[in-house]
Amino acid sequence: MDASTLIFFLLAGLLILSSLCVVFLRHVVHCAMALVVALLIIAIFFVTLHAPMVGILQVMVYAGAIMVLFLFVIMFLNPTSLERVRGVWWGLATALALLLAALLVPLFSSESTGDSVAATELFGSPEVLAKSLFNDFVLPFEIASVLLLVAIVGAVVLAKRERRSNGAA
Amino acid sequence: MVPLNYYLILAAVVFAIGVIGVLIRRNLIVILMSIELMLNAVNLTFIAFSRYLGSMAGQVAVFFVMAVAAAEAIIGLAIIISVFRQRQTLDPQEMQLLKW
Repeated sequence: MDASTLIFFLLAGLLILSSLCVVFLRHVVHCAMALVVALLIIAIFFVTLHAPMVGILQVMVYAGAIMVLFLFVIMFLNPTSLERVRGVWWGLATALALLLAALLVPLFSSESTGDSVAATELFGSPEVLAKSLFNDFVLPFEIASVLLLVAIVGAVVLAKRERRSNGAA
Repeated sequence: MVPLNYYLILAAVVFAIGVIGVLIRRNLIVILMSIELMLNAVNLTFIAFSRYLGSMAGQVAVFFVMAVAAAEAIIGLAIIISVFRQRQTLDPQEMQLLKW
């Protein structure tokens, strides 16, 4: 077992551990912190897979912006009461998820595709990503920008305090 | 060089953990966080395939998944704030106004 495989298993173990913490910790802020750790480990995986630009975006957009948004909402709402535990659903959901994993894992492990295309020096660089993005995927890019604009307007409208709610309604 | 299968199996396991979170948690914020975890597991498969097939299309797909995930998180959190103002709870079991 060479060094890269060893590092992969180390990071994979940490990723699974932090994912379990996201799901099973009872305090919401602890879940958010575990999710930050998981997102950072996934960013490390991106960098090791010759996708440095996407890795940087992962750290900035996910671990930065989106998680700050989550933490801001958590602090804003301040949900103090811990949720109660439902025994039946825990068993059922865990069984379902284990079934899903048991179906997915053999599917992925059956075909052995060890040989990969040798990565060139530029593969995954911002330049190549931008060329691909603005040549082949211009229309989806514009649609994504419209989607983000709609999301901004929708969030403002949804989260705005309604004036009439404290009176008539 | 780590085989492609390892990445796919790891992503499948993380995705399944995210599914458990969506199914069993009773806090809307944690459910949204589990959805983010599932999206990231899918992103990992995209990047792994992109590396092993030598194609940039996977990385571009991850770019779009991030944009959609950001929009989804914004709208989801706005809905959570709106619901919390109305009902003072984050428990999805309490939101059964439309339940027959």
